[in-house]
Amino acid sequence: MRKRVVLYMNQFFAGMGGEEAAHMPPEARTGLVGPGTAFAEAFGPEAEIVGTVVCGDNRYTEDMEGSRVLCLELLRSMSPDCLVAGPAFNAGRYGVACGDLCRAASRDLGIVAVTGWYPENPGKELYGNDVYAVPTPDSARGMKEAVPAMARLALRLLSGVRMGPAREESYLHRGIRKNFFHELDGASRAVEMGLKKFRGEPFRTELEMPVFKKIPPAAPVKDLRTATIALCSSGGIVPKGNPDRIRVSSAMSWGRYDVSGIDDLTPENYESIHGGYDRTWALEDPDRVLPLDEMRKLEREGVFGKLYDFVSLTTGTATSVANAERFGREIGEIFKRDGVDAAILTST
Amino acid sequence: MKLELCKAFVRDVQWGKRTCLAGGVLQVDKVSALALFEGEKRFSSVDLDLARPGESVRIIPVKDVIEPRCKLSGKGECFPGIIGGPETVGSGSTLVLKGVAVVTVGPIVSIQEGLIDMSGPATEYNPYGQTCNVCLVVQPAKGVEKAEYETALRLAGIRLAWYLADVCRGAGVDETEVVEAADSVEGKAAECGADLPRFVYVCQAISQGLLHDTFLYGVDVKQILPTLLQPQEILDGAMVSANCVSACDKQNTFHHQNNPVVLELCRRHGKDLNFLGVIVTTEMMTLAGKIRSSEYTAKLARMLGAQVAIITEEGCGNPDTDICMNAKNLEEAGIRTVVIGNEVAGQDGSSQGLADVVPEMDAYVSCGNINEVVVLPPMERVIGDIRAIANVSGGDEKSIRPDGSIACEIQSIIGSTNELGISKIGCEWV
Repeated sequence: MRKRVVLYMNQFFAGMGGEEAAHMPPEARTGLVGPGTAFAEAFGPEAEIVGTVVCGDNRYTEDMEGSRVLCLELLRSMSPDCLVAGPAFNAGRYGVACGDLCRAASRDLGIVAVTGWYPENPGKELYGNDVYAVPTPDSARGMKEAVPAMARLALRLLSGVRMGPAREESYLHRGIRKNFFHELDGASRAVEMGLKKFRGEPFRTELEMPVFKKIPPAAPVKDLRTATIALCSSGGIVPKGNPDRIRVSSAMSWGRYDVSGIDDLTPENYESIHGGYDRTWALEDPDRVLPLDEMRKLEREGVFGKLYDFVSLTTGTATSVANAERFGREIGEIFKRDGVDAAILTST
Repeated sequence: MKLELCKAFVRDVQWGKRTCLAGGVLQVDKVSALALFEGEKRFSSVDLDLARPGESVRIIPVKDVIEPRCKLSGKGECFPGIIGGPETVGSGSTLVLKGVAVVTVGPIVSIQEGLIDMSGPATEYNPYGQTCNVCLVVQPAKGVEKAEYETALRLAGIRLAWYLADVCRGAGVDETEVVEAADSVEGKAAECGADLPRFVYVCQAISQGLLHDTFLYGVDVKQILPTLLQPQEILDGAMVSANCVSACDKQNTFHHQNNPVVLELCRRHGKDLNFLGVIVTTEMMTLAGKIRSSEYTAKLARMLGAQVAIITEEGCGNPDTDICMNAKNLEEAGIRTVVIGNEVAGQDGSSQGLADVVPEMDAYVSCGNINEVVVLPPMERVIGDIRAIANVSGGDEKSIRPDGSIACEIQSIIGSTNELGISKIGCEWV
């Protein structure tokens, strides 16, 4: 059966006018509009353009919520299998509208949605992690290349066959890493890459080095004797029984536990669940990883003001940087709220 | 150094009255095989089980996998320093039972063992669904410390693997692979001419202690400075795993014996490149240890006159710092580097995959995201204990689903993201 495709375009590409028409509300059009003819040709017999939703760029971006609801209603009335929005090239407002509607259409209507952006279009920055898009040139002069590429990507997604890597299927990647099987094993790929690198030939690394965020350290503690110090650890120490079911590796969560009544960690009250080291000695005495006993001693001696009442704990082994960053932000916010002056982080 | 790998192909394994190999079928005499472990007080029980390719069998919790090999001629014995003496191996000929693996099964750290499936989707991720597996299933004796138990199980696996090859010495050889190169740097240069790029292979081995160890000629690698090997030594079992780190990226002894980087560089030696040798280096726990080993590695590579280095990682997270330091130090010494590693990109694949990075690491071969979730169908038979999945890295209490299938990260599958690059897995942007 032929797939039903609905196009989305702005006032300009629909032939309704330029800036003066940029406030026009969403409306549905039947018949082929603007680049619709080119799309119909690119889709060929496999899909049929059943209509077009048109909306002014200002209208969409100044009232995102309202415009989105109206556009979705119009879409729904045409029962499409697929939305093709744009191409937006490097038009900022248009790119944002295309991204927003594509994301909503796939989330709320469960249909395939495709757009086209110049890689620096702000729409990609905002919606690029959620939306399938092809890279386009920066202006409408690139329409000829963009239309067939978008139709091809839409048909590819409509086929239901597992999507391949972005570089092979020619779409803008969504910032997601996925496992695939190559033709060659890893060792052969490495030797080949080494030969190319040595000869000065172009080679393709399989993971571009990410840029780490540099977090500026907090100002030094002015007076340790009045400071509140917190203990945190990624060493997998948790209250006996692991009440919050923190994972032994690849942690998805952290736990916050009241130690105000505890002077010493023992096998009776705490344990290690960490999946990355031999836990024998940590189980024997959890203070070896989370030195609560020593901190209490220093607190009693008046070396610092007060040990914060809660410990913040997780496992650090095979835990993704994204999760670790989230834990850090969540823990830091609570510390700030509670007036913690400094924290000691122990790892393993 | 010239090593002949005399491969006897095995397509089936069965119980028999006498351990022998005939017509591609390995017969295992269970009684005499188990007699190897008589008097071993560190085990409360020892048993053997067989698993064949295509069977509906799941093996869990797996510690190590070893390929049966023994020396037919030449100095020393396979697994030097463990079986027989510490003589330098890598010359003469070696019998390889191709298509057989010894699999050691039993809980040590429980969270750092993994699974092998003999059929279904998990077989895509490692070579062990295609081998006839002789499983050594062991329970520790009460009161035995983990480190002692690890030692006992490691040695037991090696002994069983050597025994299986040793008793099959008379078996016919189906294929011989010759791995040969001159001993000295000058000799290698004469073989290759001046035009071929000079490669070294930097093999990082986990050596962090706390059951994260590797043995080289029977020596605990955390006690060594980086050292130099001929490639053939690796193939004769000079490196043995003593490793209880995440299942997906610990080098099994099988991986060392079949090190794909060593084999690929040997095959291309004299054709596309000049393979100078293997630098075995450490992945230490301390920063000082990392700096010492990385500096020393770069020095050895310079002494050899290397121009390109292939660096392989073992494990993830902490050892990311070792690959970074090695890439940086080698590149600064004018040696072009390629790193083979994996990624920890989260279950949804959207996280940064490495814990440490340097701009010098610009040629990276990725052997997969360890966190990607797979569903493995139920198997009719389990060797070991399926409940172990709840505690294995990459699994959790919800991993076993009501229909008996398992949903876990590929991290739980032995060797799934092996960083020697033994499989075809890779990771891509989508």
